[in-house]
Amino acid sequence: MSVAAQPLANDHAHEEGHHEPTFIEKYIFSTDHKMIAKQYLISGLIMGFIGIAMSMLMRLQLAWPNETFWIYEVLLGRFGEDGVMDPSIYLALSTIHGTIMIFYVLTAGLSGTFSNLLIPLQIGARDMASGFMNMLSFWLFFISCVVIVSSFFVEAGPASAGWTVYPPLSALPQAIGGSGLGMTLWLVAITIFVASSLLGSLNYIVTVLNLRTQGMTMTRLPLTIWAFFVTAIIGVVSFPVLLAAGLLLLMDRSFGTSFFLSDIYIQGEVLSYQGGSPVLYEHLFWFLGHPEVYIVLLPALGITSEIIATNSRKPIFGYRAMIASILAIAFLSTVVWGHHMFVSGMNPFLGSVFTFTTLLIAIPSAVKAFNYITTLWKGNLQLNPGMLFSIGLVSTFITGGLTGIILGDSTLDINVHDTYFVIAHFHLVMGISALYGLFAGIYHWFPKMFGRMMNKNLGYVHFWITAVGAYGIFFPMHFIGMAGLPRRYYKFTEFPYFDDLANTNILISVFAFITAGAQLFFVYNFISSIFYGKRAEQNPWKSNTLEWTTPVKHIHGNWPGEIPQVHRWSYDYSKLNKEETDYVIAGQDFVPQNVPLQEHEEEMDD
Amino acid sequence: MTALLIIIVAALLGITIWQISKIFKLSQPIESDDSQIATNKDNENQGKLFLVFIVFFYGLMLYSFWSLSKFYAPAASDHAEDYDQLFFISVALIMFVQVITQFMLHWFAFKYRGQKGRKAIFYADNDKLEFIWTIIPVITLSALIIYGLFSWSEIMNVEETDETLVVEIYAYQFAWRARYSGEDRTLGEANVRFIEGINQLGVSETDPYAKDDIITTVLHLPVDRPVLFKFRSQDVLHSAYFPFFRSQMNVVPGMTTQFGFTPTTTSKEIRNSDYMVDKVRNINEIRENNDNLGPDEKSYEFEYYLLCNKICGVSHYNMQMKIVVETEEEYQKWISEQQTFGELTAQN
Ligand code: HEM
Ligand SMILES: [Cu+2]
Ligand SMILES: [Cu+2]
Repeated sequence: MSVAAQPLANDHAHEEGHHEPTFIEKYIFSTDHKMIAKQYLISGLIMGFIGIAMSMLMRLQLAWPNETFWIYEVLLGRFGEDGVMDPSIYLALSTIHGTIMIFYVLTAGLSGTFSNLLIPLQIGARDMASGFMNMLSFWLFFISCVVIVSSFFVEAGPASAGWTVYPPLSALPQAIGGSGLGMTLWLVAITIFVASSLLGSLNYIVTVLNLRTQGMTMTRLPLTIWAFFVTAIIGVVSFPVLLAAGLLLLMDRSFGTSFFLSDIYIQGEVLSYQGGSPVLYEHLFWFLGHPEVYIVLLPALGITSEIIATNSRKPIFGYRAMIASILAIAFLSTVVWGHHMFVSGMNPFLGSVFTFTTLLIAIPSAVKAFNYITTLWKGNLQLNPGMLFSIGLVSTFITGGLTGIILGDSTLDINVHDTYFVIAHFHLVMGISALYGLFAGIYHWFPKMFGRMMNKNLGYVHFWITAVGAYGIFFPMHFIGMAGLPRRYYKFTEFPYFDDLANTNILISVFAFITAGAQLFFVYNFISSIFYGKRAEQNPWKSNTLEWTTPVKHIHGNWPGEIPQVHRWSYDYSKLNKEETDYVIAGQDFVPQNVPLQEHEEEMDD
Repeated sequence: MTALLIIIVAALLGITIWQISKIFKLSQPIESDDSQIATNKDNENQGKLFLVFIVFFYGLMLYSFWSLSKFYAPAASDHAEDYDQLFFISVALIMFVQVITQFMLHWFAFKYRGQKGRKAIFYADNDKLEFIWTIIPVITLSALIIYGLFSWSEIMNVEETDETLVVEIYAYQFAWRARYSGEDRTLGEANVRFIEGINQLGVSETDPYAKDDIITTVLHLPVDRPVLFKFRSQDVLHSAYFPFFRSQMNVVPGMTTQFGFTPTTTSKEIRNSDYMVDKVRNINEIRENNDNLGPDEKSYEFEYYLLCNKICGVSHYNMQMKIVVETEEEYQKWISEQQTFGELTAQN
């Protein structure tokens, strides 16, 4: 692949010999990575809108469980008759909300958008290794989106066994309505999704390995690229296991095999399954499921590394340690899955092992957090909206990461497993953090994607309300979890003991509505800026990376002339000249990667 | 109370919006700069907002600990004390780290907010610092791990002695049953394939050990006697969660899982504890004012319960079993009044 693409990379008059692309080629079946990035972004945002809307319905139900709301009837139809939410649709909402947020918004929306946009632009390549595969990857993703959303229109309801779809519940339509056609659609959607993700990931890996411009060694890569690259590797390692689990589940469901089922009596009859084990499914699922957390998170961390360095006007602190942490996290993330299964009935000795590996993974995570904080120290912080979201990410990442120490300890997990403590933990560390990463990336690279700037004041409003709201939702939530409040409950009023938690649930829901409302500022800003935003200059944030050397107007092949060569890492912000009288380039506090070393200048080599 | 909370939230929101509108005013007309890139003024304002935010965040944490940590359930089993100690140590540790790191993060965001003419320092690396913040987590986490692992193996490796009471907890959509082993102290064989008529748990009618088994809908436990639970499910995954005893185990169709603890506080004792008296009074006040409840539902008395904590179907939210912890004599009296499995099947 590289052999074919390299000559093209040095080809001056590359863009001339082309015919004008038609509308369909340009906007729909585009093979241009910049267009595909935008397609991912917009699909991801639409899915995000749906996912958040679902969580609002759940929060409404949890806050006022025994009251009626016409909105249920409007949005849920049969499942909200007379304004009463059906218990089965609560479970479906939670299942599809989880699935959409994790897979569709934060896996595809986040890494699909920014890997596609930034990998070629930041490593100095004309496009992805295979534009066609890339296009295919997006369209598979799109089909998968349509399938999962359409499952809401199935007679017996969509999949409702939780986003982890544990059998036997997910395997038996007798056990819950959503495990019929709804669950089949879920499996189909996820299978297509995995195919899409694999195509995308392989492309990212090959592109990073083979298409870097001259001088772009691995140790000069921006941390964004390192993060996307390692994320893609984790994806390739772990998604096939999810696929395997899904296929075995499909076979249990449709062909009467017994991989995960045994000794079941339901609705007055004994089923013929014998010898399978749901615990096996849990192992397979979490072998993907845990790395998935990092598939979601690493790209966000990569994005914020870049944004924090640029806006602090300082090099990222401990570049090599950051890479080492990414690699350590990637490796360890494949050996910690058992911390989701401490009380699954697996051998307690395994529990000890997984406690050990889990607390190990806290170490590189801690190193990353400290390095971010040190990067801010003595900087000259340009508090653009992207920067605010990046700082917000560090904050939620710390808050959520710390409670991981409790959940990762097998002993402590016993009593908080599957309670709202877990919900609070993972929403902060993964959900909100990655969402902040997504927003940070959008505010920062909007000028690159759309050639216009987003409105900063709306960005500020969006950030502050979201920051207050997100903690307002999820910090108090830990405490109702410690009270023993289980997750995936349609209401808590069957337990009078929980009556005194009702006010806290209302508080949480009010914060949730406010936070969701604040996203409308973003939606408005995003859409109006695409059309009416101020036109962007070429390098608005005064950044060092190569994407800002391309013209504002998108062209196929990215650079009109030759691809720039790289002479330094991407973090030469505020670097002084030898005499320390001025910056390396007088009067300019940044040195883009394509600027050769100055006389007497030493390259930053750790 | 609810109204108060909503007012507080609304007030906070109001302050936020007011602050924001101020920024709007301050940032727009004066510089009439519409580059959409943070100006000096923006950096100034946003930096200050980080300070405001950390005050809010500390306030939220304080509020949560002050008025929500009372929800933490009281402990009533032998290992619960150990559990709670480990839990509190861990919480203290993470809150210590939380308070410091969040302060640094937000303080730096304020302190080093961009200013015209300010020069950032070029500070790319420091091996000593990196070493320090690698080694400190290593040491503290190692200590926690070791502590945790001791507790874990103690809790999970229950030995069966003469004294141990073995009880099967049987789960199905959407309720629980308990099966006691009876005089012979051995649970009779069981499998879903034996389920028929009133033999709802699929206990073998031919196994002699099963004859004296006792099946009940309420779980009675004698205080201070180790119990070993054997869990069995008839249909899907469930999870037997005993919050007051700091115990939980999934219930898996096709296999038997187990968990053990020793209850240390009787239902009567805990009901009369100061904590529970207060709590129940408060709950009864809430119920009194709840118009959705019928007159006979208004008054609540505390009972231990077991609840399902693994999504298992539409009524997952209401799959519970009452637990009564009582003295040995009370327990013996109760169990002797229960029907054995042999008696149950003989009726037919
Ligand atoms: C305003 C933001 C959000 C709110 C208010 C919210 C609310 C909720 C609620 C109420 C539940 C159901 C809890 C239960 O009954 O067990 C839930 C579950 C979940 N949420 Fe969110 N959520 C938000 C954002 C996110 C994000 C960004 C993610 C991305 C990772 C996410 C991922 C999940 C997952 C994986 C579940 C578990 C679903 C399951 O139990 O199967 N959520 N969320
Ligand atoms: Cu995990
Ligand atoms: Cu259940």
